[in-house]
Amino acid sequence: MTNKAETCWQIQNVRVIDPFRGIDSVEDVFVVNGQIAERATATDCRVINARGLWLVPRLTDMHVHFRDPGLEYKEDLFSGSQAAAAGGFTVVCTMPNTRPVVDIPSLIHWQITRANEIGLVHILPIGAISKGQQGSELADLYQMAEAGAVGFSDDGHPLVDSRIMRAALSYSKTLGRPIIQHAEDPLLAAGGVMHEGSISHQLGLAGAPDEAESVMVWRDVELAGLTGGILHVAHISSPGSLEALDYAKRRGLRVSAEVAPHHLFLTDEAVREWNYNPVTKVNPPLRPDTTRQLLIQAVIKGLITVIASDHAPHHEDEKNQSYKEAPFGISGLETFIGTIFRVFLDAGLLSPLHLFRLITVGPQDVLGLDYPGLIPGASADLTLIDPQVTWTVDGQQFYSRGKNTPLQGTKLKGRPVATMLDGRFTMRDQEVLV
Amino acid sequence: MRDLLTLESLSGQDIGDLLDLAQNMAEILDRPIKKVPTLRGKSIVNLFFEPSTRTRNSFELAAKYLSADVINVQKSGSSVEKGETLWDTARNLSQMAVDAVIIRHQVSGVPQQLAEILDIPVINAGDGSHEHPTQGLLDALTLRQAKGHVAGLKVAIVGDVLHSRVARSDIWALLALGARVSIVGPPSLLPSTYEELGVEVTTDLKEALADADAIQVLRLQKERQSTGEIPSLWEYRLRWGITRKTLQYAKPDAVVLHPGPQNRGVEIDSDVLDSSRSYILQQVRNGVAVRMAVLFRLLGGGHDE
Ligand SMILES: [Zn+2]
Repeated sequence: MTNKAETCWQIQNVRVIDPFRGIDSVEDVFVVNGQIAERATATDCRVINARGLWLVPRLTDMHVHFRDPGLEYKEDLFSGSQAAAAGGFTVVCTMPNTRPVVDIPSLIHWQITRANEIGLVHILPIGAISKGQQGSELADLYQMAEAGAVGFSDDGHPLVDSRIMRAALSYSKTLGRPIIQHAEDPLLAAGGVMHEGSISHQLGLAGAPDEAESVMVWRDVELAGLTGGILHVAHISSPGSLEALDYAKRRGLRVSAEVAPHHLFLTDEAVREWNYNPVTKVNPPLRPDTTRQLLIQAVIKGLITVIASDHAPHHEDEKNQSYKEAPFGISGLETFIGTIFRVFLDAGLLSPLHLFRLITVGPQDVLGLDYPGLIPGASADLTLIDPQVTWTVDGQQFYSRGKNTPLQGTKLKGRPVATMLDGRFTMRDQEVLV
Repeated sequence: MRDLLTLESLSGQDIGDLLDLAQNMAEILDRPIKKVPTLRGKSIVNLFFEPSTRTRNSFELAAKYLSADVINVQKSGSSVEKGETLWDTARNLSQMAVDAVIIRHQVSGVPQQLAEILDIPVINAGDGSHEHPTQGLLDALTLRQAKGHVAGLKVAIVGDVLHSRVARSDIWALLALGARVSIVGPPSLLPSTYEELGVEVTTDLKEALADADAIQVLRLQKERQSTGEIPSLWEYRLRWGITRKTLQYAKPDAVVLHPGPQNRGVEIDSDVLDSSRSYILQQVRNGVAVRMAVLFRLLGGGHDE
């Protein structure tokens, strides 16, 4: 359906922030037939005046839950793809805790095919580590990798059995793909619905201590040492986990970690402020401000190299329960950019180039991918961002089926205004273009 | 005051005023004919999702002494069991022109959540391990009657403080009224962060009871043993049980309270319970008076905006 004019774009006077090449400069970007092109080859281009906007290549969110197959009422691949495009992302990695669990190659294949049909975002599925995420038998990791799985995780179901974890990490080394662990000792965290500390004590809600996470991160780091495997800690959120990560770095192990925007922006005070509304219920839980500051410092120091949303949409009826009964999760794709801008740019803690590394080069490195950046011939996957625009979060406006956000009503500054996938706009001015 | 959800949110002045009002109500209870017409024509729902005959009866009698109509809704057989959400049930009741909802729920925060969606007063009759505000008020009233004042008293709260909504409400009330509070119990059942509130935290019963004017003994949930939080009821009794012997650690005129129901021979011995030190029956009587005061305050005019 594309006509000639639409196959060529000249994005003028845009501030190009390309962490893949380490470039931050104002220039024109040309897109011809879905790829980045040299100025010389481009003729009859549609011109976009992008003065004042930022252009960033291939934003990757390596931790999202699209609930498809099986739980489409929460989110399906289509609504999730729309949310990703609206949030400015061109690549997402979907977690396998669907029904059935994504633990066989055909489901990996199906997700990729379906994403291509939808055409809004590249989906790089993550397969389960264990069959059915039961934690007792390894899934067919090699076959899933062949089918396109970029990593493995039993996210939501921590892998408790140390022997299975050892085996999984051993395999990861041979496949060059990470084991992504939701680190949590289920017995230590049992019953916990928020962070254990003074707020949980005052609210009378059962808490899970920081250590429920960090004891497992320490174990996993030791197992990464034992096996030489590739370990990636999902949504890291506790001081002890950061110590373990630092220890792993010093030993030269292949260990990395991601942090979620909500852990960088909110604290467990939000549970009180929201007056027990389960919109703040997330796992790992929102932590105290001291921990939040440590997480921010760990990002600045380069200990944490990835920010990922842990986008976890739920149906309104499910969140509309008591704090104990409601499911864990925040719908995070569409507030991602605005949140991390608030945390790092408004406070002057990071340069834009450094910040965008965390959602471009960072995840690509963990997953062993090799996007080259905005060089001629590269796929034109890019996002235009207006760094000045201020806007107020309204979950009801989300493309995601999950309207569950504790940022409802929060003013953010900076928002993606256009997303392009393989040279075609998937979103412009907050409207997703199917 | 529109709802009564927590004592945390009330000032010492608010609490003092409620106690004064409750003291007046207590005098009604001494009359041969206890019914006064104050809330005639008002209807109140008792929504109890967790069984508690005593608290439910206490609220029901309080409402009836003030001439209000009361209906009791319990979880079993209610529409909640048929898939209707609690919020739907409450909305439906409020459409039936009910004037207030009294709710007891096993999950912390449910009364607050309910108050956000209802236009009528919501009274928390105990939520999870969060608060039990009328219990906190009745404990404070009992202490005031026993000692003439609350300010300056040292009160020791003994037992499973971590899971106790009674302890939480007591702490807020007692601190607001100027008492000193120490909490004591097994380390696994003690919120260490309470020091931030200005409470003394210790696992040593002797230390907690030293100079105490009053002891609030909490009920020990027997399942704390099966969940591995305490080794045995016997060991618990040896270290934190209130017996004739351990009572000696406190002041000679120290009074003993217990929110009930009691596990005799575990957290408290019968000879202490049945002694002149014990104000437990007075607590029960004050429970009605306090609930009358709260209902009057929320429904009977005298609203201060
Ligand atoms: Zn997770």
